[in-house]
Amino acid sequence: MPTVSLEVNGKPVKAEVEARTLLVQLLRYDLGLTGTHVGCDTSQCGACVIHVDGRAVKSCTMLALQAGGTKVVTIEGLARDGKLHPMQAAFKEHHGLQCGFCTPGMIMAAVDMANRIPNLDEKTVRHELEGNLCRCTGYHNIVQAVLAGAKAMRA
Amino acid sequence: MHDFRYHRPSSVDEAVKLLAGKSDARVMAGGMTLIPTLKQRLAKLTDVIDLAAIKELKGIKVEGKAVTIGAMTPHHEVASSIAVKKAIPALAALAAGIGDPHVRHRGTIGGAVANNDPTADYTAAVLALNATVKTNKRSIAADSFFKGLFETALGEGELITAVSFPVVDKAAYMKFANPASRYAIVGVFVAKSGASVRTAVTGAASCVFRCAPIETALAKSFAPEAIASVMIDGKDFNSDIHASAEYRAHLVRVMAQRAVAAAA
Repeated sequence: MPTVSLEVNGKPVKAEVEARTLLVQLLRYDLGLTGTHVGCDTSQCGACVIHVDGRAVKSCTMLALQAGGTKVVTIEGLARDGKLHPMQAAFKEHHGLQCGFCTPGMIMAAVDMANRIPNLDEKTVRHELEGNLCRCTGYHNIVQAVLAGAKAMRA
Repeated sequence: MHDFRYHRPSSVDEAVKLLAGKSDARVMAGGMTLIPTLKQRLAKLTDVIDLAAIKELKGIKVEGKAVTIGAMTPHHEVASSIAVKKAIPALAALAAGIGDPHVRHRGTIGGAVANNDPTADYTAAVLALNATVKTNKRSIAADSFFKGLFETALGEGELITAVSFPVVDKAAYMKFANPASRYAIVGVFVAKSGASVRTAVTGAASCVFRCAPIETALAKSFAPEAIASVMIDGKDFNSDIHASAEYRAHLVRVMAQRAVAAAA
């Protein structure tokens, strides 16, 4: 079987995978990083969003082998020294979740958005969240959380 | 997904060699269409040849009156390129509306153009802007590139290396997007260059096409009112749960009017 070497949440990882293995499968099944979810499995819902080389991507629509040589960050890699990332803290503070299934993808998308766009406003956040679905329909608080989290990231 | 052999060549020549003689081998650009296709087992491949490591296929160049975009340049790069925004703002805006941010980080212009999805956005820009599709073998004019449903002029062992867009006076793209996928239910790209106007329609039929009645009317007067009463023949248009053929025909005119109003 082919081997893939990459960095996941700051640690080097080497794994033997079938060529057809999806990146999300490598993360969840091989590495036990089950914070990244699979919702629709058709690249629409965004529950599987992670960062590859600093860019948000849908890990259900990327082969594990395509991630060879990259730096991957998952929801497990955001907190530092037991302290929540400002975006995680904002989701907690603003209750940006109901059932919580979409939350890891929402937070990873939100961090990417805040990194790319300096002055986020509500309209931009809603547009940028087009690739993330919350089937509890709790968008109001998610948007508030993203705005607060982005502000906290710049502080 | 059926299993396959995965390759990651570092040059176009190497990619073409890997393809040779294998009828069920395919190249993969961003994989935003190919991976879902494989997952649904709509295709069974022996070999997937990932083009991501080929540096010569990446990047944006603005030289003179042309914007040339390497085939493996992701939509996000085009959408956020200051050079593209300045030279052909409509092209950057189109790229910013493909899929969602995560898809735009992976999906590429070469993949989108080669796939020729009937509801793709980029195909409309290529056709309306009279772009040239550059391959490892030749240069193909937009008018002879798109052949039909998911069909192009690309031959065996032929890969898109770049797409070159001439800078025009005014252009805009307007789409009526499917709210779930953001694919175009109908999208219209309008481009004006001197006295010439080109209009490409995506999403409405089995393949992107130019709309002669709209082009003729806009060449006389480049204003939304000029096409207010143009009749669009929708008898061969797509009809599905999202929109009937009649509705798509209506949308072609409305999107064209909005594009003319927005053209910059």
